[in-house]
Amino acid sequence: METKEIALPGEFIAERKGRKVSRGAYFEGEKVFAGVLGIPRMDDNEISVIPLSGVYTPSIEDKVVGIIQGVEISGWTVDINSPYLAFLPLSEGVSEFVDTQRTDISRFFDVNDIIFCKISKVTKNKTIQVSMRNIGSRKLFGGITIKVTPTKIPRMIGKGGSMISLIKERTGCEIIAGQNGIVWMRGERKDKAIEAIMTIEKESHIVGLTEKIEKMLSEVV
Amino acid sequence: MSETEEKLIADGKRLDGREFEQLRPIQIEVKIINRANGSALVNFGETHAVASVHGPRALFPRWMQESDTGILRCRYNMAPFSVEDRKSPGPDRRSVEISKVSRLAIEPAIFLEDFPKATIDVFIEILQADGSTRVTGINAASLALADAGVPMRDLVTACSVGKINGVLVADLNGKEDNCSEADMSFAMLSTKKKITLLQMDGNVSKEELMILLNLAEKSCEKIYEMQKKALKEKYKRV
Amino acid sequence: MERYALELIEKGKRIDGRKFEEFRPITIKKGIVQKAEGSASVKIGETEVIVGVKLNIGEPYQDTKDEGTLIVNAEFTPMASPDFESGPPGEDAVELARVVDRGLRESKCIDLKKLCIVPEEKVWTMFVDIHIINHQGNLLDTAALASLAALLNAKVPKLDGENILRGEYERPLPVVFKPINITVGKVGEKFLIDPIFEEESILNPKLSISIRDDNNICALQKQGNGELTIEDIEKMVDIAIEKSKEIRKLV
Repeated sequence: METKEIALPGEFIAERKGRKVSRGAYFEGEKVFAGVLGIPRMDDNEISVIPLSGVYTPSIEDKVVGIIQGVEISGWTVDINSPYLAFLPLSEGVSEFVDTQRTDISRFFDVNDIIFCKISKVTKNKTIQVSMRNIGSRKLFGGITIKVTPTKIPRMIGKGGSMISLIKERTGCEIIAGQNGIVWMRGERKDKAIEAIMTIEKESHIVGLTEKIEKMLSEVV
Repeated sequence: MSETEEKLIADGKRLDGREFEQLRPIQIEVKIINRANGSALVNFGETHAVASVHGPRALFPRWMQESDTGILRCRYNMAPFSVEDRKSPGPDRRSVEISKVSRLAIEPAIFLEDFPKATIDVFIEILQADGSTRVTGINAASLALADAGVPMRDLVTACSVGKINGVLVADLNGKEDNCSEADMSFAMLSTKKKITLLQMDGNVSKEELMILLNLAEKSCEKIYEMQKKALKEKYKRV
Repeated sequence: MERYALELIEKGKRIDGRKFEEFRPITIKKGIVQKAEGSASVKIGETEVIVGVKLNIGEPYQDTKDEGTLIVNAEFTPMASPDFESGPPGEDAVELARVVDRGLRESKCIDLKKLCIVPEEKVWTMFVDIHIINHQGNLLDTAALASLAALLNAKVPKLDGENILRGEYERPLPVVFKPINITVGKVGEKFLIDPIFEEESILNPKLSISIRDDNNICALQKQGNGELTIEDIEKMVDIAIEKSKEIRKLV
């Protein structure tokens, strides 16, 4: 359940009542406060605040769109749109055996390549590791990437993928929305897809957004 | 600066018509610089301040990084055209000190531990100066940080109070600031009410000091309501 | 060392055995630099600061055309601490100079009108230069005390027309008040003064308070990380007022 009004950092949200206090909120004794500007969400088990904006903070299991930033000896550095650079070890990027003495691994991934991968490790002081060894992870060819606020991605994907499927259908584009706020797309009517996505970016906190997007996309020829 | 025998109070009101505890008209707007992670504009009468936030972002050079916590960097700067006698561009000793105390005023509000090795950079620009510029800047910075989605315990609210012609007043404008018998810059965590900035110069007894502190707290409560309103209006849900 | 200091403080003790409201031994020597119009060296424990006062002829400020002027500068010389670097003053040196300046200026401890030579044209400008010799904690109080001592030691040179006759004096500098700066730090719920270097980083925050002879407060500066309540401030000011009386007798 989301509240009607946004909460400011420091504003009281609710009594804890044994619930888990997770991202965007903090507690002092029995009282739970907002720890970021956002929309408080609570149910019987958990209290959190969805930030309205903010940089991407990597979390294990997140599926992200990354851009290869550097080629090292035993892996690649990956820009995942966060204050922290991620590392893709050779063993997590390529399933065949590679002789690093003889092979220039840029033949697998080179600088500026776009990949869809998963965050596999986040240490306490934010050393990040990603992996491609899971279903869905792959190199993304062609297309373009745009940057949106990471916390709005869930809205862009929609319940059970409903929103992103709608946009894909109506625009005929392939779209992958990384949880890190990078959206990759490829197709003819990218302009319409971008328009829809930027609308969600600007108005994600407004009720009635789905109808507005449907209307916008029904005009696509 | 000089304390003259200037009359700042006439017929029980201040020269600009205000009551002793009355604040100047306040204007607040958030998200005004789209290239920044967060931004805000705050005007107190003719004092205009803009703050922008970049970050959290990677911090270089590496040796400046703190491995277990993020750092906050803050720069207070006055535009050359902000004052009557053009101010040469670039930091002077006053700006250096104000940058430091502004940073220390805001730091306690931020969950820096959530961003090891990263930095949050806050820039405060004073576009027009008519007294109480540092506290106006801090009010803007706090809003810009919230707007940027930086994890914070609380907002920070700041104000000035002082003594003019023997009377204790709130929110000093430029003239009052120059001719005051005492002027105090004050900032606190908005809801927790813990004081994060306190500077005073002038001449007050301990009793007057305690009254000024309470007046400052009350004035900040009024300003906080306006900060809250500006943020909630900007992000109205319906 | 800081963690040890913290543990001790929680038990009501300090590393060097002092009470929370006790200063280290203070030594004040005046007139140690012959070429300056006034000078003093102050040691609080092992922290040492030398201040020289030089007088030059200058122009008055716009709005105080018949008053002398005061400029305070501080050098955190690299020899005083491995953390100090050479080069222009960093934010800490700038802050220290400005806080000492405000304590002197706002207390009106110098009768500036008596430093006017020709109204609207020529006045005496006092340069107070603070030189940190050794940083063993509590630089601000030491620097403020040394500045005051140097001003009390200073004399106004004789004038021969346009020329300053250095080394010949006509009268002492007109110092009418003795503002004393006391920095009080908060550790948990306790307050203490005069931190040694090892205690500095655990005193968060600190409040620097400048008190005049009539117990009026002339300047306040919160320093360090952390927050204060109004009740904290009241207690800290009370401590500062008490201690200032003690220190004032020494200078």
